[in-house]
Amino acid sequence: MSDVKVTVTRYNPDADEAPRLQTYDVPFKEDWVVLDALNYIKNKLDGSLSYRWSCRMGICGSCGMSVNGVPKLTCSVHLRDYEKTGLKIEPLQNFPIIRDLVIDMDDFMLKLKSVKPWIIRQLEQPLGAGEFLQSNNQIDHYRQFSQCINCMLCYSACPVYGMENEFLGPAAIALARRYNMDSRDEGAADRLPVLAASEGIWECTFVGECSAVCPKGVDPAKAIQQTKFDSTNGFALGALLMPFGGSK
Amino acid sequence: MDFQSYDVLIVGGGAAGLRAAIAAAQTHPDSRICIISKVYPMRSHTVSAEGGAAAALRPEDSYDNHAFDTIKGSDYIADQLVVEAFVREAPLEIIQMEHWGCPWSRDPDGKISARPFGGMTTWRTCFAADKSGFHILHTLFQTSLKYDNIARLDEFFVTKLLVDRGRCVGAVAMNQRSGRMDAIQASSVILAAGGNGRIYAFSTNGQICTGDGMSLAYQAGVNLKDMEFVQFHPTGMPSTGILITEAVRGEGGYLINNKGERFLKDYVPTKMELGPRDIISRAEVLEFEKGNGFEGEYGNYMHLDVRHLGADKINTKLPFMRELGLDYLGIDIIDTPIPVRPVEHYMMGGVDVDISGATSLPGLYSAGENANVGLNGGNRLGSNSLTECLVFGAAAGRAAAEFAVSAKVTGTSLEAHLKDEVRRIETTWLRDSGGKEKVADLREEMQRTMDEGVGVFRTEESLKATIEKVHELRERVKNVRLDDRGRVFNTDLTGALELDFMLEQAQLMAISALERRESRGAHARRDYPDRNDEKYLSNTVVKRGADGQPELSYTPIRITKWQPAARSY
Repeated sequence: MSDVKVTVTRYNPDADEAPRLQTYDVPFKEDWVVLDALNYIKNKLDGSLSYRWSCRMGICGSCGMSVNGVPKLTCSVHLRDYEKTGLKIEPLQNFPIIRDLVIDMDDFMLKLKSVKPWIIRQLEQPLGAGEFLQSNNQIDHYRQFSQCINCMLCYSACPVYGMENEFLGPAAIALARRYNMDSRDEGAADRLPVLAASEGIWECTFVGECSAVCPKGVDPAKAIQQTKFDSTNGFALGALLMPFGGSK
Repeated sequence: MDFQSYDVLIVGGGAAGLRAAIAAAQTHPDSRICIISKVYPMRSHTVSAEGGAAAALRPEDSYDNHAFDTIKGSDYIADQLVVEAFVREAPLEIIQMEHWGCPWSRDPDGKISARPFGGMTTWRTCFAADKSGFHILHTLFQTSLKYDNIARLDEFFVTKLLVDRGRCVGAVAMNQRSGRMDAIQASSVILAAGGNGRIYAFSTNGQICTGDGMSLAYQAGVNLKDMEFVQFHPTGMPSTGILITEAVRGEGGYLINNKGERFLKDYVPTKMELGPRDIISRAEVLEFEKGNGFEGEYGNYMHLDVRHLGADKINTKLPFMRELGLDYLGIDIIDTPIPVRPVEHYMMGGVDVDISGATSLPGLYSAGENANVGLNGGNRLGSNSLTECLVFGAAAGRAAAEFAVSAKVTGTSLEAHLKDEVRRIETTWLRDSGGKEKVADLREEMQRTMDEGVGVFRTEESLKATIEKVHELRERVKNVRLDDRGRVFNTDLTGALELDFMLEQAQLMAISALERRESRGAHARRDYPDRNDEKYLSNTVVKRGADGQPELSYTPIRITKWQPAARSY
């Protein structure tokens, strides 16, 4: 059994001035994912390495990292895909580093709340009245946007977010879209000011890096384009919403 | 010294904790609620639940049917008063989730759909494709953001509950980002920190499922209940233990042995693949022992075959299973059977609570897998646990909010408590002990021991050996030397704290299992293969004695209208 060289970012703010790299030899196993290699380092070689993980089945969204420069869920990519090239695991780009491979994602948590990601209705329906009816066709309007696991890969891949942290970013906009497109929701107008005021949406050039790296098939780039369209049409509602005059 | 102070402090941000937070926030809109969790709420293990949430919503169903299925599934040691209350609340909670935006799968008429599930006699498992837990968790989390009176302490690890003058007054927690420890005052505390599957090597559970809330309660003098009852799910992936949902069988999948037979005809002939989990897991092990399993790198396995369901049904009802097959097994389940074997999945045992979630300690509540409210008895039916988190999370949230208003904590000095706890963490873990033990090694030994000794089948011998080994590990854990004795995001330290908790629970599980000399539900003793109602129609209660040693006792169950009968399917 041959070894794979795994190079990992190490950073402890109490001891290191800047992040550095450390390389470990990890045995190769055909059915291992990249996360297994990190767990091997942690359990067998160096217990001081810190990173987040939990479900190891691609649904909890904890273990996003940069693998050879590309944002990945480390539990969902195989070691065998890097057997020849070797492996460099770094924290997700575009975020402050807390420790080793652990990034600070508080900025996203605030942005998520700012787009009001919950059902907004003029009048609540009493539970006794039963469920709102919804056809499968109506679910199709928002289904893909509801698959977001908040793993932050799209923020890491987003060139606009990398330059301008004010940008709401792909996942928050996709989740706003998820509720706007839900037949039970009446909150699109409430969300519009925050979405339209996010300067970044006009700088998004539909490169689509966010959609390309999403491990769950969400298409945030589409949500952003749709939001631009809504914002432009929202101009009629008041110039306040449209500081840029709807030129795009 | 200033401490953060809340009316209600909720430990855990999964389905039970979030549902409790929203209920508390609605009960007293002026109350200040805080969710404290070692992970961001959306990472909680609820996210991995797949199959669905049970509720008698359809006209052909009834409360009594759901209650009876649950009680029979429990092998007659569920609390029948609790079950009856549960089945009545269940449909309302499913509707509530719908109003909050949960994308439940629908029937053609637009109503919430349902699917068959193991041990349920009719279609009552509501589902959001095969990501039901994921959608419930994110719907609850996003809805919780609406309430300005719900605060959060994300990535704070609770090390100890604060008890003062006979009541719970908060908790001590470590902010993982800085390593700083803080006392947090609260008039009531709800433990909703989930299960403890990571005590086993082969488990469906995420790595965060270490039963912290069970140990926190036990160390505060609160009893645990039914700790011998551990659910093994019949369909885990042989290599990783990743869960293949029971919905695969609910939608019509077959379990096949190496002779090409649907072997369940010899074990649960009337239910076949829709039998309860405990019986099917045992059937698989017995078939393996007869040589009827397939042989693989990770031991014996069975085939779970959905090829006859067709691509359309698989893509609409089981898309995540197809994704998991492609990602982790390199197979497309549309044309290849899925290899599966029994895997630790769920802890029936937990903190002993009443129907409102209250423990014996005033001000302390618990809900979800963390708790044992008496719903699941010896064996939980699939899809009752997501609903349990909603129904009893909400109940605990309301009760804790009321308690906080009626008995506001004042004038407690937390400083001394905090100092003691900081000293304990420092001297136990962060000083250089000179020892040589490693967290990962001890954890691995514990997990292997529990897999072997307290698995699908148990014996006097296997349980005694486990108790002895766990005792040895609890001694050796004192000689752990951490590789990381720093402050910032020290996962070596949190791993040690979790291991310490798990070893305590492992001991309680093994002695509870040793003393129940019968077979009931998921507790199968080879040396006592029959159920013994005369002696054990009761729940096991484990109490921390004055000397720190566990003391066992048994409490009789409550029967409303279903007398114990033979449990055959």
